[in-house]
Amino acid sequence: MHKVIVGLGSCGIAAGARAVYETFKAQIAGGELAEKVKLEITSCVGMCYCEPLVEVVDNDGRRTLYGRIDEKKAARIYEEHVVRGRPAADLVVDPSAAGSDAHAFLSRQKKIVLRNCGVIDPESLDAYIAVGGYEALRKAVAMDRKAVIETVKRSGVRGRGGAGFSTGLKWQFAFDAPGEKKYVVCNADEGDPGAFMDRSTLEGDPHSVLEGMIICAYAVGAQKGYIYCRAEYPLAVHRLKIAIRQASARGFLGKNILGAGFDLALVVKEGAGAFVCGEETALMASIEGHRGMPRKRPPFPAQSGLFGCPTNINNVETYANIPWVITNGADKFAAIGTEKSKGSKVFALAGKIKRGGLVEVPMGITIGEIVEEIGGGSNTGRPLKAVQLGGPSGGCIPASMFDTKVDYDEVTRTGAIMGSGGMLVMDETTCMVDVARFFLQFTQTESCGKCTFCRIGTMRMLEILNRITEGRGAMADLDALESLSSDIIKGSLCGLGQTAPNPVLTTLKYFRDEYVEHIGQKKCRAGVCKALIKYRIKDNCNGCTACVKVCPTNAITGQRKQQHSITQDKCVKCGRCYLKCNFDAIVVE
Amino acid sequence: MSHHECTCPKDFAAEARDIVGACGGGREQAIPVLQEIQKRYGFLPKELMREICKIADFSEAQLYGVATFYSQFRFKPRGKFALKVCVGTACHVAGAGAVVDALCDELKAKVGDTTGDGRFSIETVACLGCCSLAPVMMIGEDTVGYLDPLQIKKTLTKASEKQNA
Repeated sequence: MHKVIVGLGSCGIAAGARAVYETFKAQIAGGELAEKVKLEITSCVGMCYCEPLVEVVDNDGRRTLYGRIDEKKAARIYEEHVVRGRPAADLVVDPSAAGSDAHAFLSRQKKIVLRNCGVIDPESLDAYIAVGGYEALRKAVAMDRKAVIETVKRSGVRGRGGAGFSTGLKWQFAFDAPGEKKYVVCNADEGDPGAFMDRSTLEGDPHSVLEGMIICAYAVGAQKGYIYCRAEYPLAVHRLKIAIRQASARGFLGKNILGAGFDLALVVKEGAGAFVCGEETALMASIEGHRGMPRKRPPFPAQSGLFGCPTNINNVETYANIPWVITNGADKFAAIGTEKSKGSKVFALAGKIKRGGLVEVPMGITIGEIVEEIGGGSNTGRPLKAVQLGGPSGGCIPASMFDTKVDYDEVTRTGAIMGSGGMLVMDETTCMVDVARFFLQFTQTESCGKCTFCRIGTMRMLEILNRITEGRGAMADLDALESLSSDIIKGSLCGLGQTAPNPVLTTLKYFRDEYVEHIGQKKCRAGVCKALIKYRIKDNCNGCTACVKVCPTNAITGQRKQQHSITQDKCVKCGRCYLKCNFDAIVVE
Repeated sequence: MSHHECTCPKDFAAEARDIVGACGGGREQAIPVLQEIQKRYGFLPKELMREICKIADFSEAQLYGVATFYSQFRFKPRGKFALKVCVGTACHVAGAGAVVDALCDELKAKVGDTTGDGRFSIETVACLGCCSLAPVMMIGEDTVGYLDPLQIKKTLTKASEKQNA
């Protein structure tokens, strides 16, 4: 029996995987092999750079992976490989071939969280069970509850949502808290722009997250659980609901789970678009039906959380680690990583990079190894400038510090944070002041408004950054940015405000010269800040008039077949002429 | 109702009972209730919200407070094709700003607006999680990647034809 497996994660679908799936479906149904070929789906294996991905499994079990497939190529694979048994060699992506892109991308990775993503059908419980799914739950319920917590503690797993608090300790607090009624909550409100680790995990292996939550509920003594998922992730919500139905039908959820005498009901709650709800107390307020505003801690959720009851709240990635830890033991997990950061971390690698995608690496690997070896370095040929880690709460680490290890404490020392796992690679065409302004604009909009320093302080910082990028900055602005930053950090209740200044502080620390240039010389070296740049047509312009046609303000004039020029007063710096010119005759200055 | 342009219900009270029946009317159901209204009408008709508050466990102030807090909720109807341009980090760095400008120029509308013919509305969103296809936008339910500001017109035509088909 041949099998054709199409990757249907969100990014695969965006790249056209549905059309590919439909092509195979039609080909198989319409061909002579309808009874002999099975069409299956899987999710994202992380290789976003060569989506859509298709895998063909031959009768003898041999697997061939194809990348960057469209409808035409799908038809070819069907004809050549499925019907005639000759793989279409030029379309193959072979991770086992040393020296290949796919090999470089995958060989340094350590898959724990993503162990089943892109491997199994995420909508099939049997597929999960076939790879050892729910064995960890069986093992856990045969253990004493305290022993489960001890195992998690000894493994050294820390919160993957960004803060890095010991997961075992958190469970211990919820276990110790008095109260009959307790809750487990999964934070799946992945709001950082540039981060899609949790989405991929939920889309690719929802049962692993459920299993982690069920084990946790057993250990801490909770009877009800919520998964708070970002509403922008419809496919993740859909697959979670399927998984909950399946798990309930088989007795992994519901009453007297696996005969171990404990009950658990899980509910998916969809968020409604508020970044601050990624903060645990705001998230719980949102589940309770309120505006998602954070509150003071203590009391911590472990003492008084959802509806005033003891609550354990972890992130998607943290829960997905748990079944692996229980199955393989604390020692095996603790053997991976550095002294204080154990196991692996998933990153969403994007930006000016050759091989972007989802990567899971052992802790202790350097940022440079991720960027250069796994990601293949710059995709523009221009040298890389920095990576941004941790989104709006994180910071920029310059290329000169790419030997920084992926380790909670080492990353924090740079001024960035490990964060939830967004890793954006930037080259010379990225303006660091603009990046800082971008993040401040984001946090300013998303501030819930409860704390004055966060509400007004971020506004003032944004005004200053707008001024600088518009060429109206003063040197004293830099001091004002720094002092506002320290006030906002001190004067904010929750993580949003406490980390909002990080993008500004790190760019000021490592790229201060760019700020100084913007203010002193009114210059943006990356050519990004509109007020500080000028488009000019050089003398190699051959007068093709292509640019004239795309200019929205008729700012470009000239005789056909002669050099054109731009009337600067009319130019709105939309850059369309620059994109349009085929002769590199337009420059940004 | 089908021959009217407006999708608002005729009988707000009956519709309110139906929605509260489906979602529940407890305090913690405020967000699911709003999501259900928006699923049915594409926005939140005020009359309907008022009727719901009469029979549910939350006041008008509470429901309105929740509705204005979360960016998902809208008080104005959307165009036939909702354009959600991703302005997340990867897209920003890849030139999402130029895409937004080109869209606004092409449709002669601003972000947050619906075009006069009711066909398109332009919104920006924080991150669609397809960073390797940046810059990206959603046209209705479809995600379109590698956007080129110079090809916006073509992109819109192609997507709307496909969804009309």
